[in-house]
Amino acid sequence: MKAKESESKTYLGIPLYRPKVAFFEFSSCEGCQLQIINNENTLLDFLSLVEVVNFREAMTEKSDDYEIAFVEGSITRNDEAERLKKIRKNAKILVALGSCACFGGVNQLKNRFNNIEWVKKQVYGKHPIDTAPVRALEEVVNVDLRIYGCPIKKEEVEKIVLHVVLGKSIDIPKYPVCMECKANENICLFDLGEPCLGPITRAGCDSWCPNNNAGCWGCRGPAEDANVGYMKKIMKEKGFSEKTILERLDCFGGFAQFPELKKKGKH
Amino acid sequence: MKKTINVNVKHLTRVEGHGNINIKIRNGKLLEAQWEVIETPRFFEAMLVGRNWDNAPWITGRICGICSIGHTLASIRAVENAFKIVPDEQTRKLRILLKHMETLQSHSLHLCFLVLPDLMNAGSVFPLIDSHKDVVVHAAKIKGLANDLCDCIGGRRLHPTRTVVGGFTKLPAKEELAAFGERLKNIVKDLMVVADLFTGFKLPDFTRETEFVSLKGTAGYPFIGGDVVSSDGIQMREQDYKKLTNEYIVKQSTAKWCRLSRESFAVGALARLNNNFEFLHPVVKDIAGRFGLIPVNHNPFMNNIAQLVESVHVVMDSITLIDELLSSKFTEPRQEVKPGSGVGVGAVEVPRGILYHSYEFDDKGKIVKCDCVIPTGQNHANIQHDLEALAEEFADRGKDDKEIELLASMLVRAYDPCISCSVH
Ligand code: SF4
Ligand code: SF4
Ligand code: SF4
Repeated sequence: MKAKESESKTYLGIPLYRPKVAFFEFSSCEGCQLQIINNENTLLDFLSLVEVVNFREAMTEKSDDYEIAFVEGSITRNDEAERLKKIRKNAKILVALGSCACFGGVNQLKNRFNNIEWVKKQVYGKHPIDTAPVRALEEVVNVDLRIYGCPIKKEEVEKIVLHVVLGKSIDIPKYPVCMECKANENICLFDLGEPCLGPITRAGCDSWCPNNNAGCWGCRGPAEDANVGYMKKIMKEKGFSEKTILERLDCFGGFAQFPELKKKGKH
Repeated sequence: MKKTINVNVKHLTRVEGHGNINIKIRNGKLLEAQWEVIETPRFFEAMLVGRNWDNAPWITGRICGICSIGHTLASIRAVENAFKIVPDEQTRKLRILLKHMETLQSHSLHLCFLVLPDLMNAGSVFPLIDSHKDVVVHAAKIKGLANDLCDCIGGRRLHPTRTVVGGFTKLPAKEELAAFGERLKNIVKDLMVVADLFTGFKLPDFTRETEFVSLKGTAGYPFIGGDVVSSDGIQMREQDYKKLTNEYIVKQSTAKWCRLSRESFAVGALARLNNNFEFLHPVVKDIAGRFGLIPVNHNPFMNNIAQLVESVHVVMDSITLIDELLSSKFTEPRQEVKPGSGVGVGAVEVPRGILYHSYEFDDKGKIVKCDCVIPTGQNHANIQHDLEALAEEFADRGKDDKEIELLASMLVRAYDPCISCSVH
């Protein structure tokens, strides 16, 4: 199909097929897309692996002919849902890019209020404004691959893209951040009197926050077999309030399915 | 001349977020010129209500992927002002250094990756990678350095991890800082190459008298906190941000609009430079001179050049800051925080202009009210008025649909709008 281009690029001596990729964004800070161009050392190599046909933030040309769609952001309006369905139709592989896309990210915090009219009034007063409860991409369409994180880790994206190009299987860690944190020989934040969700959060960020002496807020969502109830118990024993624990658990939406989080706010 | 012009740009490219441009001219008469903002709101100001104070910088940083450091710092300043925390010299210097690098990162991204394609007749930077590899390499080197130093001080280039109310969770190693000092000295050459390149371009010849609003420099070029000043002669304290922005809602935009003395005003690099030219580093004043950028300049396209000038300024200032940090003994990075009731406002000059965060807390430090006024939000009305004037003027000069579409797109891009941020 793309004989000419596949001849021109090689990886470890193997000729590569350059898939056409497109980037799209919905409600988000667009930071995950930026992470893609934020890694100046490897950007040019990365770009040689793929053919970018759609990247509104960086280019004027557009095309509907693509195989992999990287989709950032969450769905907060019906026109967004319709646009996402079209992307789904065009793409062979749809990748949810970042926590907004995977589980609503910080945007879903507005869902914790029962009354959406109150939310609207807080910001726009009486002025009418169109908004709906925040949805993750998979609540609207099928998602083939998820890249977790707020923000995503550039190295992980590059690895995943390389694996897609090479047709290799993709494995994202199922173990918790604590494993990476221990390997990095950090002093545990609990010993410094700080809360941390490392024990129940999916690794893959190389314990980004604890490496910087800051507790994990669970941006990558739950690790396999995460025991949220036990985590709450430990945090309470360490003297943290229920509020502190819940505010970390509900921050990015990854733990929404756990019964410990089913409570709603007062509005 | 009788002229008919139709311009419809849906989802303008090479800007952050979603905006449309519509221009309609019939028989030489301007019927419509509209800058429409259709971005979906995320309701950050509602999201935070009821949450603990420590959520504020962590969550509001997510308003914007380009200036997350600026948001984090504005948020921290607002919380610290509410809790009466005064940052020490070390923290103050590290924060400015961090912010400088965000400015350098953002300005170089805008100039070399988003604006340059227009000036070189390309649709994006991607074809330039082959045709003008040297420029792209210089730009990537500048942006790379800025991002690396953000990692070093803030823990992460995007959504920083070390920046907290009271200071930092961790300090950079002095050897690292020293190495960055050297890299900064070397990057000046790369910036000069970019400056030389830009001297070769002719920016559109267009001016419209504008009110410029920025923080007011006292001992130096302003970056964090202090008084706010306008080129129309207004001066107020950052706490009075509401009187300085006067937000209102219009139909064509999900972002609120602002006004001060006139129907609109501008913030950003050009506004800062127009209001604080005297505080620029001497080397940098020369560069401004080469482009004929002398205050008060009313050409919005010159915002690009003001960004270039500021890029060099922040590098020079960062070299000084690193020298000062290296010659002092590092102290405890983080002050104790005693939360309590109060209201706090934080104003920070982020790449695109003044950013205000304001919070009200109850006696336990729980957020009762939150308000953020975004630079691009302050610029939207001005973009609208520029767009009307530009469409009329260039249609008059006989430009056709395609040329006006490009000029209008370039005008909006010159403001370097951060649209999703302005809607938040
Ligand atoms: S996941 Fe985080 S970094 Fe990525 S777009 Fe959403 S808010 Fe931005
Ligand atoms: S700091 Fe957090 S991630 Fe690291 S070991 Fe302790 S709990 Fe686990
Ligand atoms: S440490 Fe936790 S909050 Fe930080 S990046 Fe990793 S998963 Fe996200």
